[in-house]
Amino acid sequence: MTVTEQPAQAPEVGRARLRKEDARLITGRTRWTDNIVLPGMQHLAMVRSPFAHARITGLDASAAKSAPGVVAVLTGADVKDVQGALPNAWPASDDQKTPAHPSIAVDEVAFAGEVVAVVIARSAAAARDAAELVDVDYEELPPALELKAAAADEVLAHPDLGTNVSAVWTFDSQEKGTGGSADEAIAAARADGVVIEREYRQQRLIPAFMEPRSVVCDPTGEQLTVWTSTQVPHFVRIFVAAVLGIPESKVRVIAPDVGGGFGGKLQFTPEEVITVLAARHTGKPCKYTETRSESLLSGHHGRDQWQRLTLAATRDGRVTGLKVELLADMGAYLGLVTSFIPMLGALMYNGIYKLPAYHFTCTNVLTNKTWTDAYRGAGRPEATFAIERLMDELAAELGMDALEVREKNWITHEEFPFHTVAGVTYDSGNYEAATARARELFDYEALRREQRERRDRKDPVQLGIGVSTFTEMCGLAPSRWMGEQRYAAGGWEHAEVRMLPTGKVEVVTGTSPHGQGHETAWSQIAADRLGVPFEDVEVLHGDTAIAPRGLDTYGSRSLAVGGQAVVMAADRVVEKAKPLAAHMLEAAVDDLEFTGGRFAVRGTDKGATIQEVVWAAFTSHDLPEGMVPTLDAEATYDPDNFSFPHGTHLCAVEVDTETGQVRMRRYVSVDDVGVVVNPLIVAGQMHGGLVQGIAQALWEEAVYDEQGTLVTGSFVDYTLPTAADTISFVNDNTVTPAVGTALGAKGVGEAGTIASTPAVVNAVVDALRPLGIHDVQMPCTPERVWNAIRSAGENQAEPTTQQAQEHFEPGAPNQDPTAGHAGTPEKGAGQ
Amino acid sequence: MIPAAFDYVAPTSLDEALQALGSGDDVKVIAGGQSLLPILRMRLNAPERLVDLGRIEELRGVSEEGDSLVIGAMTTYSDVLDSDLVRQHAALLHKAIREVADPQIRHRGTVGGALVHADPAGDVGAPALALDAELVVAGPGGERTVAAGDFFRDLFETAVGEGELLTRIRIPKHTGWGAHYEKFVRVAHQWSIVAVGATVRVDGRTIAEARVGLTNMGSTPLRATAVEQALVGKPATEEAVREACAAAAEGTNPPSDLNGDADYRRHLATVLTRRAVLTAAGA
Repeated sequence: MTVTEQPAQAPEVGRARLRKEDARLITGRTRWTDNIVLPGMQHLAMVRSPFAHARITGLDASAAKSAPGVVAVLTGADVKDVQGALPNAWPASDDQKTPAHPSIAVDEVAFAGEVVAVVIARSAAAARDAAELVDVDYEELPPALELKAAAADEVLAHPDLGTNVSAVWTFDSQEKGTGGSADEAIAAARADGVVIEREYRQQRLIPAFMEPRSVVCDPTGEQLTVWTSTQVPHFVRIFVAAVLGIPESKVRVIAPDVGGGFGGKLQFTPEEVITVLAARHTGKPCKYTETRSESLLSGHHGRDQWQRLTLAATRDGRVTGLKVELLADMGAYLGLVTSFIPMLGALMYNGIYKLPAYHFTCTNVLTNKTWTDAYRGAGRPEATFAIERLMDELAAELGMDALEVREKNWITHEEFPFHTVAGVTYDSGNYEAATARARELFDYEALRREQRERRDRKDPVQLGIGVSTFTEMCGLAPSRWMGEQRYAAGGWEHAEVRMLPTGKVEVVTGTSPHGQGHETAWSQIAADRLGVPFEDVEVLHGDTAIAPRGLDTYGSRSLAVGGQAVVMAADRVVEKAKPLAAHMLEAAVDDLEFTGGRFAVRGTDKGATIQEVVWAAFTSHDLPEGMVPTLDAEATYDPDNFSFPHGTHLCAVEVDTETGQVRMRRYVSVDDVGVVVNPLIVAGQMHGGLVQGIAQALWEEAVYDEQGTLVTGSFVDYTLPTAADTISFVNDNTVTPAVGTALGAKGVGEAGTIASTPAVVNAVVDALRPLGIHDVQMPCTPERVWNAIRSAGENQAEPTTQQAQEHFEPGAPNQDPTAGHAGTPEKGAGQ
Repeated sequence: MIPAAFDYVAPTSLDEALQALGSGDDVKVIAGGQSLLPILRMRLNAPERLVDLGRIEELRGVSEEGDSLVIGAMTTYSDVLDSDLVRQHAALLHKAIREVADPQIRHRGTVGGALVHADPAGDVGAPALALDAELVVAGPGGERTVAAGDFFRDLFETAVGEGELLTRIRIPKHTGWGAHYEKFVRVAHQWSIVAVGATVRVDGRTIAEARVGLTNMGSTPLRATAVEQALVGKPATEEAVREACAAAAEGTNPPSDLNGDADYRRHLATVLTRRAVLTAAGA
């Protein structure tokens, strides 16, 4: 055996590798679902309700059925016995009210955009033309739209349920033994301290992924094959089986290249069911690709909450208690995890602070709007916004610096692991280090100086500085905890490493990327563990026939959970290879060491590369006794805990007080996402995440009118930002490895979105605070900012808040009169 | 996003185009298609026939005609941006078009198409009005010229009648005039919430003449004539211009929508007019 000297190479983990998948994704020369063309394929067009709430009193499809190219039209009446009900996998209570959720409405529609019929035709154009000919008679019913009115059961979204309140979920630290009584803390602070009471609106947002959703179903052959633009092919397989009564073994689901999701494709959709039904009905492959308008209208939305918050603190700035009362808009139905999204934030309202007492309650409310569900951050952005806005308010109330008040309350790095008041254990972190670095990169003191100067000279353009020192939780786990929370599945992830005879490697992952760069990052991990070239690793995913075990991609779980599974599977390959290598080298297993892809006999120059061992296993001519002729290995990893990335974000904005226009001036983020596998990918996640969070602060909102019609139904009105609207971000990292995994990585997919929204709003409010303004409702549009300035001018003679006094009036929004919320969005016109 | 079926003709001369227009009831002209195609694809309109002007060379290009510039109706935004003649003699139009949408749209969209579409939030109408443009309209009976002030009738409605086509825009040269188009949007690719186009001739430090056009302050582009008059003879200073521009929203009837109500738009018009005039005057 010859020994080849291998040059010591730098580890792949930590390298800023360009992504393997970019060439095909950027050029579009790849398999998006809509690119799939099968022999005899038919096309679908949906007929959707224009009404938010109505009874279907008649449906005449005869003209559509006889239109050119039409194969069939299916209505709710046609499929009601076979379509089953769409699942809600995460109920918020045992007695949750869950409206029946058909894929095609049968008797009633509960939101504008709900499918009432599907046309199956030989071309997409013929299907669309015929869909216009389906004649539906509706008897309009009053819609439940505005969240607070809906919570009061003024009008019922689903009259048969008797109420709009789907569930109430409560956490109380005193009850759980994780802290004291929030009510007592608040009462004490009213007597001798500070109480900050605020009500914040988390507006409704639309995920607006780049690739509209698309489904192809091929019913020919032994297995039904479904291609779908989804984040969760494994869930889709289970639910196609469960909902339609098809054996799971007869279903194969493929998520080919998927163009973005942001949680918007963490769903099992009516359109997926309908495409399968249409293919089975006609016996031929069917395709449905939604239009952009359909995507905005009927793909699930995100956020949509009212947050009523009470923070208690001592006069020297120590927080003593927090009470959170939420109203959460579910929309018309409970989708896959709709009902538990607000609760994913329940564990995070304490943020990075040592809070002694905490009470959280959330009321889930049904309305006649598109249903809400996961959207980048899912519950944690809302929680982070609340606590980070409150900390700025507390600082202002006490005349302290926004960073100083945080420092006074945050968990110091010596205090980890830290058991929080919400019952969670933070494994690691260093808030001091991230903040110090951010402060330095931002030039905090210089900007504060400029702010003072602008205030002094009454510059029409004021400067505001916003802080967000956040943490979040990624990689929902462990499975036991998820079971305790009534979730239908677990939190593990699976990987397989296959050693091909020629020395190439296939990594099979149960995660399902849709733009994240898993193929690159997983290759880097496997290359290091196996000592093979990065280029020799192929990552396979998103096909239940190829990657049969997995729980897919959402909640920033893929690297922290799925990446660790790859580490474990690769290490098992090495362990399996050792006896064979020892046999080949005529040495004892204990005398071998494995470095840089080579098994060497300690103290000699004898060795064998992993490729040579793999070949020997393949030929199996001379295996040690009892050895199975393969080195392939699998691993399933179920973490003990979430991972907790954190960071400090500092934002400066310029506010034009004449027009209300807000412009970004500087944005610095210093994030601790644990060990960084690929700095380029991390930077990409930060940039995209930041823009998405800033968009909630400044630009985006889904607005319904008084009839329940989505007014922001196209990108003309749903003002998604582009690169032209943002600035160059300054991003940096501190590294505190996650505890308990060999990889040490935390999640990064949502951090930017979670952290940035409060940083921006804090900056806007900071610019305006000398005018007596302490809130602007999101999105902080120029009109809202200008209205706040204008009404502040009118109210300038009035005293500022008396913090010890109760601010809330029962049933009234009772926001500060200077907040300038120009009509609630649900009221639509006139804002 | 598939439009309903339609017939399509693409004439190569103006005469052929006019014939094609006269040949049916439900005919729609397509120029650059940047407004019409989304309307068709969203099935908000379903004409029987489209007459595409894209192959008529005589409708394209920028030229001089004595004291005027002539811009063919089918000249794209990006062609206008590339034109030194426009930059030199109709700077306001040049600056306004620089603010239209994004490069892809500017590469397809046409000046004439935008004028005839007459969206009050479009960025070409107010400069055309402010620059006293004349619009040449061809029909079966020959050509007629319409002053910009008479061209815009209402929301999406102009002086171009059934069977007629806008062929070119004639703009009196405003050589040496300063110009600025102040466009207010929330995100870069948006239609104007409000925009103000100002072009001024400064003599020494005094404003000798001023023209101000308002975008999206009513159902048509508007001229702020009170401001124009108030500016004449005023020094180009912040204080004087502020005072002269206070009346910018007078006589306007702006819409209320998601981006702002009418009061806010009136306020914006005042601020933006001052800024546009000051920048145009080089102050």
